[in-house]
Amino acid sequence: MNCNCNAELKRKLESELEKYADSGKGALIPILQKAQEIYGWLPADVLEYIGKKTGIKPAKITGVVTFYTQFRTKPAGKHLILLCQGTACHVNGSAEIESAIRGRLNVGEGEITEDGLFTYNNAACLGCCSLSPVMMVGDKTYGKLTRESTVKILDEYAGGAV
Amino acid sequence: MKISVGKGSCGIAAGADKIFDLLNREAENIGGSAAVVGCIGMCYLEPIVNINSDVYVKVDEKGVSELVKLIRGEENNAARYKADKEELALLSLQTRIALQNCGVINPESIDEYIEKGGYEAAKKCITGMTYEAVIAEIKASGLSGRGGAGFPAWFKWQACRDSAGEKKYIICNADEGDPGAFMDRAILESDPHAVLEGMITAAFAIGADEGIIYVRAEYPLAVARLEKAIEQARERGLLGMNIFGSEFCFDIHIKAGAGAFVCGEETALIASLEGERGMPRLKPPFPAQKGYRNKPSNINNVETYANVPWIIRNGGAAFSELGTDNSKGTKVFALTGKIAKGGLVEVPMGCTIRDVVHNIGGGIQGGKKFKAVQMGGPSGGCIPAELQDTEIDYKSLAETGAIMGSGGMVVMDETTCMVDIARFFLDFTCKESCGKCTHCRVGNRRLLEILERICGGKGKDGDIELLSELSEDIKTGSLCALGQTAPNPVLTTLRYFKNEYEDHIYNKKCTARSCKPLLTYTIDLKKCKKCNLCVKKCPAGAITELIIDSSKCTKCGLCADLCKFGAIEVI
Repeated sequence: MNCNCNAELKRKLESELEKYADSGKGALIPILQKAQEIYGWLPADVLEYIGKKTGIKPAKITGVVTFYTQFRTKPAGKHLILLCQGTACHVNGSAEIESAIRGRLNVGEGEITEDGLFTYNNAACLGCCSLSPVMMVGDKTYGKLTRESTVKILDEYAGGAV
Repeated sequence: MKISVGKGSCGIAAGADKIFDLLNREAENIGGSAAVVGCIGMCYLEPIVNINSDVYVKVDEKGVSELVKLIRGEENNAARYKADKEELALLSLQTRIALQNCGVINPESIDEYIEKGGYEAAKKCITGMTYEAVIAEIKASGLSGRGGAGFPAWFKWQACRDSAGEKKYIICNADEGDPGAFMDRAILESDPHAVLEGMITAAFAIGADEGIIYVRAEYPLAVARLEKAIEQARERGLLGMNIFGSEFCFDIHIKAGAGAFVCGEETALIASLEGERGMPRLKPPFPAQKGYRNKPSNINNVETYANVPWIIRNGGAAFSELGTDNSKGTKVFALTGKIAKGGLVEVPMGCTIRDVVHNIGGGIQGGKKFKAVQMGGPSGGCIPAELQDTEIDYKSLAETGAIMGSGGMVVMDETTCMVDIARFFLDFTCKESCGKCTHCRVGNRRLLEILERICGGKGKDGDIELLSELSEDIKTGSLCALGQTAPNPVLTTLRYFKNEYEDHIYNKKCTARSCKPLLTYTIDLKKCKKCNLCVKKCPAGAITELIIDSSKCTKCGLCADLCKFGAIEVI
């Protein structure tokens, strides 16, 4: 690995790969999940390295990475926003919240803000339908959102209050 | 003093974490502690706190301070937050089997589960029953798979048992993906041991020694509680070697999904477990013959397994007494959308949509008119209010064009546009199609384009016919259930709400006032008090001299939201 060759991160990845050494290609998804946990995203050279260590072909790895929505091939912001696009949220006005987020952060779906603080993604359903509309920031869930409360929450994160 | 706080994902999102910490500190001061319980399913009352036999609901910051005073024995106003007796009586309208422990016990305590009779069923099977007897009991119960297809559980178990081979797998499908359904999440978060016990029982019945729970990565709390439950079960010897001193050995591990709706389909789920792209394959061979790693595998979903311990403890006959001729037992529904009292409800099969929406759910929010209920997620359909006396069972729902699905019930009122709902689901299916079958990959995309055009005010003559024709083609040309059922939201809305499609296409009108490109905003000068708020706030600068310039108006609706006098007319 050339870039991203932070020695500590690489050591972490190696120790994870060792755990799955005997699992064959069945372990590819957990390995990628661990790698993303370590790096925050899946850089090309990390994927290449995983391929070399596991013997799984690069095409196969790319196939899996691009199939699942969890995997990111671009760096993520410090705070990951997941806006729920479930049915209940839709009928209760998630489109308004989406426009509030886009407006506040000036980003589109899957994009990172200029200051690197936020990445905005949509999620199919977060399963908190009774609190719709809902979003998650990091691992915190916020419900019954309005345009105003959404902006306020994002302001709090941006100001470092959360 | 017995204090407990409901800490499911919904409760936490409503602020239960903070409340728990505060009350726990107070309780510790008087030599006690507060307990965590799961989700009772009355989501509209969250956050919920139980103190002794009283239930306090919608506990906000002020509420917590009142409860703190109550714990300290000071004068307080806590009674203001006490749940209405009638409110709690709504729970008695339900019949709880899969949800029996949810919100009642601490999901992180195996002892509390055991106190409620937990692991008795597994013990009964392993120490005193043959596998034939276990399968016979499940057969007698009439339990069918709660994930969507409604296939008889015993049949799958039997097929897996009959398959040759030493190595077999039990798989729990916890990849709950239907938007608008969260019963599996609630069960995993609130009563994880019930799922483990169901899996242990099934493993004994089919002769499996390894179990896997495939759970969505979007459910971090469910994963954490499952991990804890598995660890506790291992410590007690309920998982591992020689369970209950018998020859039977079985262990369970968790695999986190990586976010793909289609992985709810069993063959796609297996592909995903094997580290592949989650794409369905042709059946047969069925997973019961050749499943995970080509070994016989039994796949059921969370709710199905959660019913198993109750059935073994109380007998299959007791379960089959509930429900209708073709659908036995109870079913959990996630009641959401424009409903007044949303949450999880478990009712016997055969009760009507009216019972659930009006009696248990308290009708529509804000007294608006009930229009339809969407059942079965992206594979299901919209059942109109006229059919609200339809009995909820597999057969009756299928006749309406919807399906039982995993149990999402999204209630819609007069402000919900049915064309937009069809568009919404197609958008979902297009994103989630795995791309294997042309009809699903391309056909659904074309369906979506037509629907987007109609919602955008550019519908044309012949669109309705084209939608129907294309829908039928997609149904016949797709391999798995995702593609075969993807057009259902379109077909059911065309069947019951054709007038809305016609309004959009021919009159360029959205009667629900939901499709923005079809709306026109004007100011009613009789109601207008000339406060100029709309003029100042309009982000497009479209309002001058109290006239909205339709060429500049972006139809964001902010003016109508802001106007205190209701002077903005939307047509």
